[in-house]
Parts: sequence; C-alpha cells; structure tokens
Amino acid sequence: MTVRLADLTAADIAAERMRFPHMFSHSASQRLRQWLGWTIVAGLTLYCLYRFDFVSLGFLHGVSKFAAVVVAQLFPPTGFDNLPMFIKVMGETIAMAFIGTLLGAAFAFPLSFLASKNMTRSRPVQFGTRRFADLLRSFDYLIWALIFVRALGLGPLAGIMAIAIVETGTFIKLYSEAIENLDRKQIDGVTAAGGNGLQTIRFGVLPQVLPMMLSNTLYMFEHNVRSASILGIVGAGGIGFLLADRLRAYELQEACLIIMVLVVAVYAIDYLSKTLRERLIGDHRRREPVDDAVQV
Amino acid sequence: MANAAPRGLAARFASEYAAHRRRKRVYATLFGAVFVVCVVAAAITAKFDVIKLVDGLPRTSEFLLKLVPPIGMSSFANDVREWYWDIGKWMGSLLNTLLMAYLATVLGTFIGGFLSFFAARNLAGHYLIYWTTRRLLEIARTVPDIVWALMFVIAFGIGPLAGILAITVHTIGAQGKLFAEVNENISPLPIDGIRAAGGSWWQEIRFAVLPQVMPNYLSYTFWRMELNVRSATIVGFVGAGGIGHDLFTSVQLLYFADAGAILLIIVATIMLIDVLSESFRHSAIGKASFAH
Repeated sequence: MTVRLADLTAADIAAERMRFPHMFSHSASQRLRQWLGWTIVAGLTLYCLYRFDFVSLGFLHGVSKFAAVVVAQLFPPTGFDNLPMFIKVMGETIAMAFIGTLLGAAFAFPLSFLASKNMTRSRPVQFGTRRFADLLRSFDYLIWALIFVRALGLGPLAGIMAIAIVETGTFIKLYSEAIENLDRKQIDGVTAAGGNGLQTIRFGVLPQVLPMMLSNTLYMFEHNVRSASILGIVGAGGIGFLLADRLRAYELQEACLIIMVLVVAVYAIDYLSKTLRERLIGDHRRREPVDDAVQV
Repeated sequence: MANAAPRGLAARFASEYAAHRRRKRVYATLFGAVFVVCVVAAAITAKFDVIKLVDGLPRTSEFLLKLVPPIGMSSFANDVREWYWDIGKWMGSLLNTLLMAYLATVLGTFIGGFLSFFAARNLAGHYLIYWTTRRLLEIARTVPDIVWALMFVIAFGIGPLAGILAITVHTIGAQGKLFAEVNENISPLPIDGIRAAGGSWWQEIRFAVLPQVMPNYLSYTFWRMELNVRSATIVGFVGAGGIGHDLFTSVQLLYFADAGAILLIIVATIMLIDVLSESFRHSAIGKASFAH
C-alpha cells in the first residue's frame, strides 16, 4: 500500500495523532520532567555565573588582558638555544611515565587476580581489593606528587611514585575487568587435563587476557606522558617544572616553545602507542578502555 | 604401509610446529631484549634510584601517619572536632570546587557540543571547516588544564574564575572530539528525510541528529563532570581556586593534620560523585551504549 503525501488531509493526521499520541510527541509528564531538568540546569548555571563574577567589569578586563598579554605574547616562540635542553627534559618526562606505568602494572598484576570475582572465592578479599584500588585512584596524580615530594624530596622520583600509585589502582580495575570477561572453557580444559592452579593461570588465563592487558598498559602509558608533563608544577620532575617556571616569570614566548615540544611529543607517543595497540589486539575498532580514571 | 601417509603428515606437523615455536621464541627474545633496554634507558634518564626510594619509604609512611592526628577512644568526638577545626572554610571551598566543575562542564559541553557538528566529517559541510575545528579542539585538550590555569591566572588573577576557564577550555576540546565521533556514527537516513521534506541545516541538526546522539551526549557529560571535579580539586595548586588551594597551602606550611583532613574530604567527595554519576548514567540513560 502506498500513501501519497498529497492524499493526506489534516483530519487524517489528527486521527493518527489520536491513535498514536506517543509517535507525535512525548507525554505531558515526560515533557514536564524534561522542562524541569533543563530549568534546574539553566538556573544553577546562571547562579554560578553570578557567583564567580562572570558578569562583571573584572571579567571583561581579564578577557582583554588574556588576549593582549597572554595570547599576543605567546607568539612567536623564542628560546631556541634552550631547545636541546627542553627536548632532554621531555625525554626525562617520558621516562618517568614509562617507569611509573611499569611499576604500577607490576604492583597491580598479582592484585588484579585478587580483585576478580571469578578468581577469588572470598568475597571480602575481592571487594576489599577493589575498594583499595578505588582509593588509590581517587586522588589525582598531582596530589600524590605533592605528598611524595614532601617525603622523597624534589625530583622525578616523587613523580614516578605518584604515577605508580595511581596506576596501581587503575590497572587493578582494568586488569580484573579483563580477567572477569574471560572464557571459562579454556580454564576448565587445563583443569580437566590435570593442571594445577599456577598452570591454570599460565595456560588458561594469561593467553586470553595478556593482549588486553598489554593494550591497556600501553594506553595508560600514553595517558601518563600527559600526566608526567604537569607533575613538575609541584616539583616532582619533568617538563612541567620548566613550563610553570617560565609562565610564572612571564616568559611566555619560551613557555610557548615548551608547550610545542610537549604537544609534539604527546602526538608522537599517541601515534606510536596506537600503532602498537592495533597490532596487539588486531581489531583496531575495538573500544578504547574508557575508564573513569582516563582523561581524554 | 597404510600408516605411511599419516606418519608423514605427523612428521611434517612436528617439524612445522617446531619451526613455529622457534620463530616465536626468537620474536619473544628480541622483544624482551628491546624491552629491557627501554627499561634501563628510562630508569637512567628518569634518575630512578632504588636506594633513594627505599630510604624514602619510611619517611613516606611517617608523613602519611602525620596526616592523621592522635585520636583517642575516650575523647573521640573532641579529637575529631579539633582535627576538623576549620570545617566551615573547607566545606565552603568544597562547594566552590563542585560549582566550578559544574559550570565548566556546562559551558564546555555547550561550546564543545556546538563545535562538534563542525568537527564531524559527515556534517561539517566543507573539509576546511572540519580540519580547522579538529585542530582547535586538539590544541584545547592536548594542553593540560593546569597549564591553561597557569595562563588564566596571569590574566584573571588568583581565584576560581581562572580555574573555571581552564577546565572549560579542556572540556571544550574533550567533548568536541567525543561528540564529533558520536555525530559521525549516526544513521544518515533521518537527515535525508528532513532534507527531502525541505528542512534547513538547523532543522536537520535539531530533528535528525540530536535525537540520535542525545543519550551518548548525556552519558559523556556525566562522565566529564566526574573528571572535572577531579580537575577542580587540583587547579588550586596554581592559585586557580577550589579546595586544592587549601590543600596546597596546608602542605606548604607543614600543617599536616589539616592536609589530612582536606584529603579525607576530597576522597569522600570523589567516591560519592563516582557512585552518583554511575547511578545517574544507568538510570537516566538506560540502554544507551557507551561504545563509540
């Protein structure tokens, strides 16, 4: 049956609207709820704009100052004499991220088995390990760095430990999720052939989860290069120290060069890690580990 | 005689399997060697010093212990009250932090969401628009938010305004990219429908695109809110407002018990926000997939 638009009359449409009201619009209560939701969002936004002085001369003054002082003075970048030093410090930053990620992965690997429902029979142990991981993750890298700078002194070691601690939490979560998603049959196979606990893990579990784990680890390494680049702001090593120093001294053009080095390095690492991850898990359309701790 | 062919096959299998194993072992050894070289090089570059670390660990635990003042069983309420002596100010900072994150999320989501239509290959119209928007969004999110905060503090002075703007810029970059990816994955059929019925570009966006992408947008926005609360707790380290400012000063002034009290407030808040955001995502979005 074909319906031609020209044959439809207003009465037909009205009749259809009576028969299938939900096809034409949401119900009144649904619309009310949506309207109410948007009103609350808008109201709270207006209140915040007012509370934080967005509607003031000071704000306009700040905007003009940002345009005139900050943006205009960033370009052109200068300090190319220091470029080799910047690149060297960027290398140190990447090394910090690498060692920190590695330590985190090493701490998290055994704990992630404890945190998996299908590997640990004791519910309190499994639940406790998970919450411990949440606790480690819930402080930002910079907060841990602040703590470790006090304890270990200024320098990259504090930054490495900050990354290692946060990553322990993140990896326990990511790894245990990978372990929980594995296929039971291979484990049963190894057990049926008379394998003991360790052999079950080695031949039943690891072949299934290792690619996913490696891919997650690489992804977090990529992410941690970004994190490591700001830890220097609290004195925990890396290029962030130089950047904050130049910005605070109003040497914006040199800061611009440092930001450029940082952006190029981040892109290079992203590209490398993406290529490696695609080779590791094959299907490049596979979902990124969109984790609560991962900042995009 | 009858077994000759299978025996030949078995021998071929054995030799090919052995070759395969050998090849794998060579790769594994090579990969392992490269990896070890990387680790050693990185450890040297980053001046990773195990002795210094082991020396520092007792100091770390000492420091962590100092974060909590002695709390006796008999005088529990009093001790806790004394520990949280400045609770009024800290709660004010916490409220500021949450509102900073909220405002930055809303502003960043709206601006980033608007830009995402120009950053989606199927909606941008012209390649030049697509390319420029993509690069702008990339710059906005590749520069860390705390670096934006340092720059905004120069222009706007010390205070929450600089922090909000910094987180907003980062949110624009992140949401713009994520939303653009959602936009690129929509079905083109409704757009064709609106276009065939004579709709304008705006009507295409409103009636064909938004209904398809809204669940994913909302889900990403809740998630971004969660991340922005974390960011808002640290931008205070460079003077951009929020509870991070209180934490930073108390650590700098060696008021460790204060720092501990603030850390506890932060961890409780973050965990609460995590739980709330997750339940919101599940209830409000329902079956909306997080895949992109």
